[in-house]
Amino acid sequence: MAFIEIQGVSKSFTVNRKTRPVLEDVNLTVERGEFISIVGFMGCGKSTLLNIAAGLQFADGGRVTIGGDIVRGVRKETAYVFQNYSLLPWLSAIGNVQLAVSTAFPSWTKERQLGHSQRYLELVGLGNALHRRPGQLSGGMRQRVAIARAFALEPEILFLDEPFGALDALTRGNLQQELAQLCMATDRLVTTIMITNNVEEALLLSDRIVPMTSGPGATLGPSVDVAMPRPRTAAQLQHDDQALRVRTNVIECLTEYLKTARVRRRPAAGATASDAREPSPAIAVPMENGS
Amino acid sequence: MNAKRLAGFILPLTGIAMAGLLWAATSQYVPDLPSPLKTWQESKIYLLEPFAKRGEMDQGMGRLAYYSLMRVARGFLLGALIGTPLGLLLGLSKTLNRMFDPIIQVLRPISPLAWLPLGLVLFQKSEPAALFAIAVCSMWPTVINGAAGVKAIPQDYWNVAKVLRLSKLTTFVKIVIPSTLPYLFTGYRLSLGIAWLVIVASEMLTGTPGVGGFLWQEYNSLIYAHILLAILTIGFVGFCLDRLMGMAEARLRAI
Repeated sequence: MAFIEIQGVSKSFTVNRKTRPVLEDVNLTVERGEFISIVGFMGCGKSTLLNIAAGLQFADGGRVTIGGDIVRGVRKETAYVFQNYSLLPWLSAIGNVQLAVSTAFPSWTKERQLGHSQRYLELVGLGNALHRRPGQLSGGMRQRVAIARAFALEPEILFLDEPFGALDALTRGNLQQELAQLCMATDRLVTTIMITNNVEEALLLSDRIVPMTSGPGATLGPSVDVAMPRPRTAAQLQHDDQALRVRTNVIECLTEYLKTARVRRRPAAGATASDAREPSPAIAVPMENGS
Repeated sequence: MNAKRLAGFILPLTGIAMAGLLWAATSQYVPDLPSPLKTWQESKIYLLEPFAKRGEMDQGMGRLAYYSLMRVARGFLLGALIGTPLGLLLGLSKTLNRMFDPIIQVLRPISPLAWLPLGLVLFQKSEPAALFAIAVCSMWPTVINGAAGVKAIPQDYWNVAKVLRLSKLTTFVKIVIPSTLPYLFTGYRLSLGIAWLVIVASEMLTGTPGVGGFLWQEYNSLIYAHILLAILTIGFVGFCLDRLMGMAEARLRAI
């Protein structure tokens, strides 16, 4: 049995009395120590899936197990990094980390909790900004605090919800590298599921990339292994043959999903000139039934 | 820059002077209304010896305002002590909110003049009745703002609480209270304003010493200049209270 198993998970939301399926029959298994990226377009239900896996939200059908136990809420051995940092603005950087540490390790003395928090902030390069509030930090620094907060919990499982999505391209590149180093630096086996809409990011960090189809009723496509040695660099990925293959594979997969999703959203009767270039509904129908 | 500063000083003074002129002009046509000069002459003793005590009601304005402020402080604190947890609870629980919202909406618009007799019936004495009226009238903005503040807590913060597995108590202390504080302070400011409005009415009805009690007594003694003195004092103190609370609120929002 795999470490994390997502089996037949489905979820729908009801807005204005209209029920809209977001996830349909999602299956995924993750081995201990693996770094998995789920890549998909914005709004396709990636975050919902991650929230269900992490126990923040609950599925309508199917189940998630971690180490054989069914997930019924946020578990102790997990940490989560949100896209929008989600730091508490009235606490300093170290205060934010310490709040997490104090609940994860309640038996420690306050000095030990503070020292632990400080160590992780220093690890992400914030040793000189310990007592600054999030409002006094740049976006990149805030996300560093959030990453330090997650790692300070010494989690077995790390959930990353577009952790670099809100950052500018340069900052993002730096932070991706640092995250890769941080993951390698820990001597424990950390299992990571990351959500992203950036294929390069997924290539840089993951062992396996799983494309997600576009909603409504999104599901996961066949996963693509990334067997390149680490550490990887963005420059190296530009020229690597395997990187090229994986990238092409994933992007083709996603483009295909986008096309079929468009056809499904627009019934044939309302077809316009632009639809004529896209695959006929006949192709989409078996997919709809099959999903 | 300097001209702007000068205007910031002169314009309000001009406004005050115009209001004074209007008062002076009106006093020429209404025989019982004392002119500004006459008001000053008849009441300067209350301002120049603000803490003198000559009799039960015959005291300096500073002393009378102090009595009123103390009464307001106690009533307001009582209201805040009840209103703050009530507001937070209503914000946290949809069930409680649905249960109590109609009652609050009905109780909120009731005038202090209506609460006071009920307070007298309940407590038999004028002082606790006055506190009751102040507390019960002034707590609604605190309740409503507290509830609104809790409802306005971003989902992100709730997610943080869940992900960090914070206990209910820690979530309350570390997340609910700090993120609701600016709302609560807006509530406190409005509540304090109302408490100060209520004080006059409750002192008038109960005849206790204070600015309101003084006003009512001087009306009965036909000393109209002192009514104007009391009115101006009430306005000035109210203005100062609002400014103080506004400063506290602004400091909180700056965080």
